[in-house]
Amino acid sequence: MSQASTDEVQTVVAARALAQTRTVFIGVGRPSTAAILARMVHNPALVLIYESGTIGAKPFHIPLSIGDGELAETADAVVSVPEMFNYWIGPGRVEVAFLGAAQVDRFANLNSTVIGDYDHPRTRLPGAGGAPEIASSCGEVIVVAPHSKRTFVERLDFITTVGHGDGPGARERLGLRGRGPTAVITDMGVLEPDADSKELVLTQLHEGVSVEAVREATDWDLEVAQEVRVTEPPSDRELEALRELLAR
Amino acid sequence: MARVLGLSEALAELVHDGDSVALEGFTHLIPFAAGHELLRQGRRDLELIRMTPDLLYDQMVGMGAARKLVFSYGGNPGVGSLHRFRDAIENGWPHPIEIEEHSHAGMANRYVAGAADLPFAVLRGYAGTDLVEHTTVRFIECPFTGERLAAVAALRPDVAIVHAQEADEQGNVSLWGIPGVQKEAVLAAARSLVTVERIVERLQPRPGALVIPGWAIDVVAAAPGGSQPSYSQGITERDNDFYRRWDEISRERESFTAWMAEHVLGAVEAR
Repeated sequence: MSQASTDEVQTVVAARALAQTRTVFIGVGRPSTAAILARMVHNPALVLIYESGTIGAKPFHIPLSIGDGELAETADAVVSVPEMFNYWIGPGRVEVAFLGAAQVDRFANLNSTVIGDYDHPRTRLPGAGGAPEIASSCGEVIVVAPHSKRTFVERLDFITTVGHGDGPGARERLGLRGRGPTAVITDMGVLEPDADSKELVLTQLHEGVSVEAVREATDWDLEVAQEVRVTEPPSDRELEALRELLAR
Repeated sequence: MARVLGLSEALAELVHDGDSVALEGFTHLIPFAAGHELLRQGRRDLELIRMTPDLLYDQMVGMGAARKLVFSYGGNPGVGSLHRFRDAIENGWPHPIEIEEHSHAGMANRYVAGAADLPFAVLRGYAGTDLVEHTTVRFIECPFTGERLAAVAALRPDVAIVHAQEADEQGNVSLWGIPGVQKEAVLAAARSLVTVERIVERLQPRPGALVIPGWAIDVVAAAPGGSQPSYSQGITERDNDFYRRWDEISRERESFTAWMAEHVLGAVEAR
């Protein structure tokens, strides 16, 4: 089998993070691919929840939208949008949320609203969707994003979704009940918030990536853990399953 | 009991220039046929309300039908940008547009408050985000526990338009698959139109189906295939290839305008 690409490694690592999870909330794109892969390889009982109201969806294909027909047809339950947010997400019934973003800062706050000034944007992004309340209420948040200086920025142009706010105690002060971001999985490695400072620290590198390269792709002065783990390369089984899934 | 009318007649009666109009449907059951007919009727100056503007509002904004857009996620799901939505906000084309944006939880609760005829809804949300500065949300103290909660104002559209699978001749509507916020939108609005795939003599009970009684709806109109390129579960399929192709069609003003002229404005409402 050919060697795994950096994108494939990122997806495989994200899927591994769900090996012990009971319920995961996912958006479209790579998080969705990773969650379906987790069901195939690590955790067949994993409950996939999409904000369209499909709880326990078992898609065979990677859905293009969060509301594809296959999600509703295979779900354990299909609920309205108000029910999804008020009965399932708000009370914290979902363990893990997988979120993406256009910008991530050192406290894993996320921007998916606008690049540039709000009233005169350089790039208008789609906006919040479900992210703010998903991130405040789910048990924990795992961010999946491509690693570059454009994404990992010193200062967000807009705080769409609060991660760890301005540092220790911020979530408690704001009344956010979930634990917030516990990992940021990129195509270069994994960042995790420091237990005390809540600032993201590089804790894991994918094979062949250097600490310097990650720091170079991060717009702030990225902290590096004393011992940086190296990602175990995707196994044949993981890679085969992922490629088969993408080819469906 | 809802009246059963033709789609053109229904929209000519219910929607006027300047109205606030919610065409709802969360990925599923998006009322494209009704939106396109509004464009053919030349409606202008609308306040368009929708959680996920999707391709339909990209088209309506790009054609200059909207004065204001109220929304919570303006992307082409799984594909990328809505180019006409972006062009309107970034460059004011074809004219500047006012926006009011929320989170999904906020929008959903605004519809719930509207349906319940309450002035506002409460939720845990918005705290710490920059949305607070840019949208209509306030924080209130719970009178029982003292907890600080977000309050969002009820949505009360002039008109709600949704699509469903079936109605009977009395206008009772049956809708199944992803239910979105359609029921809330219909009950929150001053006037309502439900377009349906088919009108049947009698609705068959169906597990999991949501039924909206005809007496709570103003008008029902047949619009077979009326949610395409979105879909009506069990009857049509989501045209994911079209959602991908829209990225190319809508990227430039010229290609967008030409496509709309040929496929929407030039099409005859043939029901």
